[in-house]
Amino acid sequence: MSQWILRGLKTGIKTTPYPARAEESAGVSPGFPVTTNRPETEARALAARCPTAALRQVGDRVEVDYRRCVHCYRCLRGAEAPMNWEQGFERSTIKPGGAVLGAPFERSIHIRVVDAGDCGACLNEVRQLNNPYYNMHRLGFFITPTPRQADVLLVVGPVTDHMRLPLQKTYDAMPAPKCVMAVGACALSGGVFGPSFVAGSGVAGVIPVDVEVPGNPPPPLAILHGLLMAAGRK
Amino acid sequence: MSVATQFCQRALDQWPGRIQTRQEARRSLCEIECGKEEVIEICAWLHRDADCGFAGLIVEELAADWELRYVFHASDAPGWVHVVLRGPLSEMVFPSISARVPAADWHEREAEDLFGLKFTGHPYLGDFILHNDAWQEALCPMRKRFDALKPVGHREPDPDWRPRRIVHAPGAFAMPIGPVFSGVTESAHFVLETVGEDVIRAFPRLFYNYRAVEKIAEQRSVDDVLLLAERFSATTAFAHALAFCQAAEQVAAIEVPGRGGALRVLLAELERVRHHAGAIQEICESTGLAVAASQAAILEEDLLRLSGAFCGHRYLFGVAAVGGLARDFFDGACKNCVGEAKAIGKRLDRLEEMLRASSSFLDRLEEVGSVANRDARSYSLVGPVARASGLARDLRKAQPYAGYGAFRFDVPRESEGDGYARLRVLFAEARQALRIMEQAAAEIPSGPVRASAARASSGAALGWVEAPRGATFHWLRIGESGVVERYRIVTPSFINWRGFHLAVENFAFQDFPIMLASFGLSATENDR
Repeated sequence: MSQWILRGLKTGIKTTPYPARAEESAGVSPGFPVTTNRPETEARALAARCPTAALRQVGDRVEVDYRRCVHCYRCLRGAEAPMNWEQGFERSTIKPGGAVLGAPFERSIHIRVVDAGDCGACLNEVRQLNNPYYNMHRLGFFITPTPRQADVLLVVGPVTDHMRLPLQKTYDAMPAPKCVMAVGACALSGGVFGPSFVAGSGVAGVIPVDVEVPGNPPPPLAILHGLLMAAGRK
Repeated sequence: MSVATQFCQRALDQWPGRIQTRQEARRSLCEIECGKEEVIEICAWLHRDADCGFAGLIVEELAADWELRYVFHASDAPGWVHVVLRGPLSEMVFPSISARVPAADWHEREAEDLFGLKFTGHPYLGDFILHNDAWQEALCPMRKRFDALKPVGHREPDPDWRPRRIVHAPGAFAMPIGPVFSGVTESAHFVLETVGEDVIRAFPRLFYNYRAVEKIAEQRSVDDVLLLAERFSATTAFAHALAFCQAAEQVAAIEVPGRGGALRVLLAELERVRHHAGAIQEICESTGLAVAASQAAILEEDLLRLSGAFCGHRYLFGVAAVGGLARDFFDGACKNCVGEAKAIGKRLDRLEEMLRASSSFLDRLEEVGSVANRDARSYSLVGPVARASGLARDLRKAQPYAGYGAFRFDVPRESEGDGYARLRVLFAEARQALRIMEQAAAEIPSGPVRASAARASSGAALGWVEAPRGATFHWLRIGESGVVERYRIVTPSFINWRGFHLAVENFAFQDFPIMLASFGLSATENDR
């Protein structure tokens, strides 16, 4: 067993400086297209390349609905005048009408994660939050198996028909105050799957959403940003 | 004589005058058209005597006919056999081949649930993809007349619904797990029946993540369906996107340029290494070996970051395209990527050494969740799970695609079939994947990375890929107007979940998480 202790010590500290300082490693975020100015005809052509209607042409500008972007890169690759792209990940927002947890929760939040029809990527990025690089425990964030102890309900996936009831039951089992985080394009807009006879167009169709974390999938840092927001720390 | 020709010849010899055969040399394909009387015998012959792998049952509702296509592949040389059974749409009853080809069991259940077909002789149909307690009977969403975008009037789920119990003994009880359970887990439900310590029967109830990908793909353009293929199981996104692209390229007879092929191999193997690092992490975590789990998690994140830095997306979205790749890479960047991956591979080797010297860890894996070779063969299991049970099937060797035939690599195989064997196979495969990446990056052909757009063509074809979890098969039919008319995805998780009960039954309760982790299956890849 001693070999593991030594190995652990030898590895040193891997944890990201975020949120105290910026994370500067490569490959931590896929980024997003951002509002881009183009002559009107070009802008229209750019918006038409988007398969999920995340891009909208307004005059000589293309605006981005981050909740719909699924990172197909079609507005970047193969486009004659591509969209501007930014690597940043802090794109979580509080949904209009949503509320975050206040001061008593700042240092300790328990999270119940529900997979409501996820493709596996969002869930895998949530899993990474426990790895030494992100180590969510240092910020007072903990995954809990029981909704009875949960303050935050983190939902991924468009909400499939089979998961509507389990999701509703999990939400009902949580004590108030509670905060619902919808994570990923599917949870926010149905993504490429919904709406259909079997999948919804996001979590908000079933339970009220407070914090929205866009991305397909949002990288771990983006989910951390959303959690800090849910805790009222961002 | 090619393998396909041999199969045609042998089938004609055995069933003279009762079947028709057709050959397609370009696809090494032998198509056997038969009637309901012969189909069981022919499939059983292919599965048992000819040692073919069963790739799946593809049901298609054509203009006036049902077409049932049982797809087999030779296990040692390039060659495919499609057994085709046709019948008028009014006839909804077909013979079940499951008793002779157990691997077909779930395929028939799916066809019954989604098309409404009946399979005579099948012991257990119903309550499969659409759970009986929540969906109206006879919905048949895969029928052409069903509108996928129209909401269905749902019945309130029945709170008193209970799964069927099989164990009836004094003191027997059923332990339900899921669909929301444990920490960060995919949605799936398990009923474990027991009278005490050991699990007597394990019944996984899946399809909580059923998004009807095959249905919503219909009537969409090939480019739109590529988005679905890439995203329905995003932890192995590139493999599935590649299988889809290869099917589309077969239909349109597009030749992928050498550069595109080499880079596809590079990306597919990068994904395999990353997936295997994640699978190893889950095994370490399931046994509670915290430092090892952290070490593996560091390696997984390093590989995710490497993927992100190399191609822009941590899960390789947006790179695959019909005809090649959506973007090119600098040769230097590829060499750097392989260099970094190899450095990570060295650390993975070091982790394996340490794990193999940790007896308390090995105690949790050895002789736990064993799957016998005989069972793996009869269920036609795939991927690391099959290879750990001595079934060394690998589509990259058996049915080479994307130029894999030109690379030197071994297919790791173990014989014990337990959790430890599966762990060793994962490590060994990661090493082989790095070996392939190195060869792919050493000599990248120059030229375009993508074939210029071909004229639209219609037809149907199969694309196959050895995905990180095992063989995957994508059947694609494109209509005259260029839209997708049928998209059938057979995934390694769908095949291997069928065999999961073999590993759980007769083992102790507390080992259930370890067996779940060492099988490394994905519910969402299974559910589609």
